[in-house]
Amino acid sequence: MRQHPLVERYAPIVTIVLALIAIWYVAAVLMNLSLVRDGFEREEAPYTVSDLIAGTMSAERPLLPAPHQVIGAFVDSVFGYAPNAPRSLVYHSVVTLSATLLGFLMGALLGIALALMIVHSRVLEKSLLPWIICSQMVPILALAPIFVVVLGAIGLQGLLPKSIISAYLCFFPITIGMVKGFTAPDPMQLDLMRTWSASPRQVLSKLRWPAAVPFLFASLKVAITISLIGAIVAELPTGAEAGIGARLLAGSYYGQTIQIWAALLAAAVLASGLIGLVDLTERGVARQMGTRP
Amino acid sequence: MGLRMSKALKLDHPDVTLRPDVRESSVASIEPVRMNNTAEVSTESIPAPQRLAVDVRNVSLTFETADGKVDALSNVSLQIADGEFVSFIGPSGCGKTTMLRVIADLQQPTAGTLLVNGMTAEQARLERRYGYVFQAPALFPWRTIEKNLKLPLEIMGFSDSEQRQRAARYLALVNLTGFERKFPWQLSGGMQQRVSIARALSFDPELLLMDEPFGALDEIVRDHLNEQLLQLWDKTGKTVLFVTHSIPEAVFLSTKIVVMSPRPGRIIDIIDCNFPRVRTLEIRETPEFLKIAQRVRVGLRAGHSYDE
Repeated sequence: MRQHPLVERYAPIVTIVLALIAIWYVAAVLMNLSLVRDGFEREEAPYTVSDLIAGTMSAERPLLPAPHQVIGAFVDSVFGYAPNAPRSLVYHSVVTLSATLLGFLMGALLGIALALMIVHSRVLEKSLLPWIICSQMVPILALAPIFVVVLGAIGLQGLLPKSIISAYLCFFPITIGMVKGFTAPDPMQLDLMRTWSASPRQVLSKLRWPAAVPFLFASLKVAITISLIGAIVAELPTGAEAGIGARLLAGSYYGQTIQIWAALLAAAVLASGLIGLVDLTERGVARQMGTRP
Repeated sequence: MGLRMSKALKLDHPDVTLRPDVRESSVASIEPVRMNNTAEVSTESIPAPQRLAVDVRNVSLTFETADGKVDALSNVSLQIADGEFVSFIGPSGCGKTTMLRVIADLQQPTAGTLLVNGMTAEQARLERRYGYVFQAPALFPWRTIEKNLKLPLEIMGFSDSEQRQRAARYLALVNLTGFERKFPWQLSGGMQQRVSIARALSFDPELLLMDEPFGALDEIVRDHLNEQLLQLWDKTGKTVLFVTHSIPEAVFLSTKIVVMSPRPGRIIDIIDCNFPRVRTLEIRETPEFLKIAQRVRVGLRAGHSYDE
């Protein structure tokens, strides 16, 4: 029996999501049980098992909030406030998103520029590549406050330090991907350019660059999520007042677990939206470039 | 066809080592195979030397590899007049592709001199005097057929209208009008190779260098393209240098066949082959055709090509 195409397409995803939610509920009950029991016993009130279970799913500060609590808080903080209110997740998301996008842009440009230098010069490859790899071995959590302090000392505050940290994290996959991409052309294609005595700039624009496009999008997808993480991480140790990172930090100060999870959900939604955007662009470009469907 | 050639088979050349039995049989067949046709007679009556399209003198090329030196070309000399169709034939490693690459300035010889259209190979490349066709079509997959054809024209700075005109003209020449908007993957291998030939011709170079262009195609397509290539050569009057593995292909296409041998890469025989300019595949059954094919085979055997 053939299923409806929509069923065929989405049934596996829906099954997994439902299974995860079920596991989440079970985990929420188990993890919050002692907390709720302690509460009842402290008040010396009689309680039943169903009271207990209901309690695990409606606690104000549970160890693990139940999915409906997280979604409720998420919906409430997205739609319940004006978009520029400090309690609105939209407001915090926009703050983080702007740092992410600026950092992503800077990281992409830096990554491509480094790849170009590496591809065009053996000397630069030898001198730059070890530093590029080293840069990624330093934990960003340790580096971020230093960045903020140093940049603050020269008068840079707010958006820019966060973007720089984000760019610092996300240029790496782009450099690696684009070095591979710029060297992707077939030797025959390079020889052809030589027989036409094409200038280095023409070889770049008409051969290396288009040949690198699939590599560019693969690395952009990795880089855009990394740059979102970079922006959030940059908000944590710097005492930022706004942004998803600030929201996470505030939530953990005051034990607002539901708020933390709602902020995490917002970050996940942002990340998938950003990847979807890159994916959509990639498809458009692929169609323009006649890629075999 | 001014055939200002060095001796057909350089028996006195130090690099040529003929086994005694082969030497006798090959000496007997060394006289250039001449056919009675008018072109031949008229050429003989013109005393003025023709301009040389390619003039190779004592060229050697040695590669340094991990296993030591490899003599890809050893003391090779060859003169090719304007308008000739010259085939290079020999087993793998005999230097026929290297020869073409040296003429194209894709590789530099370690010794000897080389003139292409009377200038150095580098100058000829910088002035875009030749078109090169590789074993594979090497089309740019992100460009449509028309844009692939326009690529060298874009690089060379032709005007937009000129680019359009030429693309249309050369697509028509290889019978691919109507495929302008297709992408390479939508065409068969033979069609793609025709596009790459059109692309090599699009900027109207005097010289066409072809490195086993039909090697990857099946025999039916290959025969068809061979005929088309001959017509094209007849129509355009270009000088063609053509590398091949196939004896019938070499004999069918060429005015001159250069037989090469490996280790070290060298020329062991140069055979004139003067079939009429316009010929059909049927000539492959004629005694003259078979005689030249036989001589190519003898040459290849003399170069120990069959020992490997």
